Parts: sequence; structure tokens; C-alpha cells
Amino acid sequence: MIKGKAHKFGDDISTDLIVPGRLAHLRSNLPELAKHVLEDADPTFAGRVKPGDFVVAGKNFGMGSSREHAPLVIKMAGVSAVLARSVARIFFRNAINQGLPILICDTSRISNGDELEVDMARGMVNDITSGVELSFGKIPPVMMAILGSGGLIPYIQKYKGFQLPD
Amino acid sequence: MGKTLAEKILSQKSGQDARAGDIVIARVDLVFLQDTTGPLTARQFQATGFQKPANPKACRIFIDHAAPSPSRELADDHIFLRHFARETGCGLSDVGEGVCHQLVAELWANPGDVIVGADSHTVTAGGVGAFATGMGSSDVAIAMALGQTWFRVPETFKIAGEGDMARGVTAKDIILYLIGQLGADGATYKSLEFVGSAFSKMNMEGRLTIANMAIEAGAKVGLFPSDRVTRDFLKAGGRGARYQPIQPDADATYERVVEVDISRLEPMVARPHTVDNVVPARELKGTRIEQVLLGTCTNGRLGDLALAASILKGKKCHPETRLVVAPASRAVFKAAIEAGYITDLLDAGAAIVTAGCGPCLGLHQGALGKGESCLSTSNRNFKGRMGNPEGFIYLASPATAAATALRGEITDPREVI
Repeated sequence: MIKGKAHKFGDDISTDLIVPGRLAHLRSNLPELAKHVLEDADPTFAGRVKPGDFVVAGKNFGMGSSREHAPLVIKMAGVSAVLARSVARIFFRNAINQGLPILICDTSRISNGDELEVDMARGMVNDITSGVELSFGKIPPVMMAILGSGGLIPYIQKYKGFQLPD
Repeated sequence: MGKTLAEKILSQKSGQDARAGDIVIARVDLVFLQDTTGPLTARQFQATGFQKPANPKACRIFIDHAAPSPSRELADDHIFLRHFARETGCGLSDVGEGVCHQLVAELWANPGDVIVGADSHTVTAGGVGAFATGMGSSDVAIAMALGQTWFRVPETFKIAGEGDMARGVTAKDIILYLIGQLGADGATYKSLEFVGSAFSKMNMEGRLTIANMAIEAGAKVGLFPSDRVTRDFLKAGGRGARYQPIQPDADATYERVVEVDISRLEPMVARPHTVDNVVPARELKGTRIEQVLLGTCTNGRLGDLALAASILKGKKCHPETRLVVAPASRAVFKAAIEAGYITDLLDAGAAIVTAGCGPCLGLHQGALGKGESCLSTSNRNFKGRMGNPEGFIYLASPATAAATALRGEITDPREVI
């Protein structure tokens, strides 16, 4: 069970809003880069987010570039999962590869600042503040295995290759 | 049951009967990374404990995004990547050679190949008939190490285009129109397959422009059948032996069919801050533009520079509008010099920057000031993309870019050609 506060964002949050290209010179200095997480979407976010909190967004979260720094800095900020109505393809895979869960659900029913509780095993989000319960979509088995290992690198270290379920 | 292009290529590379929705492990023919995603890729590769790629000859590193380096930090990243290339035996394309996607198309991509790159516009090589897709650093690191990766076989949207492009309309206008119709997430995870007479007649430069922007509708790949145009392109590049025809089967299964009457399209522009915010250029007449960017992996090829030069030749850019030109590769740059296009652009007042990604991603060579607007031939107009969240980016064709540079406001190119 993961508990934390919801930080709401809108639709089409691009990787440029999460970690802009103008900060590319910080990409080999991740602690410094992480201080700017989501800065162009909400300059106050980095200062407010607490370990365990959730990023809650609308449709097409993480659209745009393939930069894995985007889910990486969100994870480094202590965010325990991203909840969104939909996510962009590359961002989805990158987040799982970094061990950051992506939960697809009807986020319009969650308000900014709500206390949330996520049950990964049951696939349920409980909005403690409003009392609303939401189920989230299943993550494909190969991605669950990567997530379960803590990301792609530990997964490959453990299995030495990709293991597809039958 | 027949197969789509994506199913055909992934069947061949996985050795199994790949159908939409299946998870397969496929061999990769080319793996590449660039200087803004590459350092993390190289570190992930090392962190996993690998020393050498499965096939170093199939791996390539490009220094193109921040080239030449605008800062000491990025210069240090370049040193790290050059060292990594030497240690692992990966090929290196250094400062000035050009944008990774253009070089991949010019030199390495073959029909039927599987290509993964640590850059979302890897989809560009779909113009050559390669299943080419962008991935993050971890995936690319592991694809380098193992020579394979896993894919979910995508469902396919068949984009059927008929009719001839009207005067002033280019491949860029077609893809902007399509993204406007599909939406920025309308094709998330899908394969876009471009068929019909409009696409089979289209030259390779146009195909690369269209495939390049498949990702802007969320797609995993944008694929063109491999045909005579592909054959002639490979032959001209000295790679004729790599040609193989690949067509989708007539009875392939499509999730959706989108029919487009190409002859009805007009010059289009995507307004800030999403690529699907598309309207005809004429509706934006009067919109002031401080900077025009011509170039990038979307529209920095020889035909693009030729088209812009033909409009600007003997004329001057508007005094309050700067024109920045970033050729897609050194080969393009050189050919454009030899053909006189660069002279025409310089005489019109253009600033020509290094062949590479230039100002497209906001690193250098043309960041926007507060409240400034840029009309760009690139592929993204996201807020903050060109170095400033207080700037505005409009996307359009090289013809619209040249017409806009002349007038200093967004201009339908049919007014000047």
C-alpha cells in the first residue's frame, strides 16, 4: 500500500515541461537536474512534493521526446507513482524501466491535494479525501516483471535477458 | 490472414508469426544514441555490467544535439561519449556530420530493418521501410548489449492518400493535416502505414518528413512500403544491394483506415503549444514572427533548402525577422552550397548554423526571447521547446517558412510563389 498526496497537472504534459531541453547541460548531474522537475508546468512543484506523493495528470502524460530523464527526475523527487488518463508510449516504457509505476485511471475524479492510497496488488486507488475508489488498468506481464525487479537494469542483471511469459 | 508492414517486419526479425497485440523479442539491425540521451544510455550499459555490445558494428553514437557544444558540461558529455565509442567499438558521428535521423536514412537504414534509437524521432527511417522507433536510455542500452529487444506488435492505422498535391503544398502540410485530424495522442502505440497513390509517388525526402512526425500523433512507427522510390534512393546512396520490396498484404487487418484526398489540402500551420493545433496558414495571416527556423530532421534536406531558396532568391528577409538555417547533414549542406541555395539564402539575410539539431530543442543557436514567436519547419511546438516557456512556436513547411521570412508575418506561400 502506497500513501501520499495528489499533485494535479493537466493534459499533454510534455517531456519538455518535465525536464526541458534548455537544461540538457545538467543531464550528467542528476541531483541538480532533479531540482527542476516539472518546473515549466508548475514552478512550485519541486518545493512542495513529499516522498510518497503522486503526480496526477490528464491525457497523454509524457508526450514528446524519449529522454528517460523525465521519469527519472519524477522518481528522484520521491513520487511513488504517476496516475494519468493516458500516457505517451515512450514515457510509459521509460517509467517502468526506471521502476516508476504508471497507473491509468479516470483522474478527473481526483482533486489537487487529495490524500490517496494505492493498492498495487488489487489495482485500486482509494481517494481518502473524497471517498472515491478507482481501478487502474493492468500493466502487461513483461512490464510487471521489470517493475517488480525495480527497473530494467536490475531485471536484466537478474535474468540475463528478456523472459516472456507463455 | 494477411499482415501489415509492422507485422511482416517483426515476424521476420522475431522468427515467429507476429500479430498485433503479441509481445515478441526481435533482433535489432541498428541501435543508436545521441549526445543528450547518450550519456545516460552509456551509464546504464555500464551499470548493468556489460563491456561490449552484442554487435558493435550495429551501434552508433551521434554528437548532433549540442554540436558544437554550447557549454562545458555538454563538452564533457561529448568527451565521455567519444571515449565510450572507442572502448566499445561503436561507430561515432561527431560535430558537424549532421542529425542522427538524417544520417541513419542517408547511410544505414534498409527496408525491413529494425532500428531503435535513444531519440523519439527515430521513426524517421520508416520512410525507407525500416521498423524504426524511439526508446529511452535503459531500453537502448540493453538493445545494444543483447542485440535484441522486446516489442508489443502494434495495431495499424492505414493512411490512404490519393490525389496530387496542389501548388504550394508539401509533405509537411500533409502530415500536419493528419496530426490535426488524429490528435496528438490519436495514434498512441499504433503503426501508421502510408499507402495510396499520393504516397507511392512521393519522393524519399517527403516520406522521411512524414515518417519523422508519426510520433507527434503518438505512433510507435510510421511506415512506408518499400518500392521503386526506395530502390532508387538506396541505389543513389550506393546501397542498391540492400533493397528488398515490402508491401502490406491486401487482406491485412487494420484498426482504422483514414482516407485523405491530398488534392484538397492547403498549406497548414500547427499553432502553439501542441502539434495537433492545426489550421490553414491563411487563417494566421498577420501573426508577427521574430524568428524563422528552416532545417532539422523534419525539413532540413536538400529539397527543403531548394524550395526555400527558390522563394527567397533575389529578395530580402523582413528586417524584423531573422532566418536561421540548420541543414540536416553535412552532405546536404555541401550539396546546397554547390547548388547555390546557401548563397541565395545568405543573400536574403539568413544565418546558417552547423548541420545538426540546432535550435529545435532549445539548447543553443536560436533560443527565443520572452514573448517572441518562431515559425519553424521542425516537428515540435511544445511550451518551452525552444529554450523559453515564454516563447511561441508555429510549425509549417519550408515554403511557408520562406514566405513568412519575407513578410515578417505568417504567410501562405501561395501568395509569393
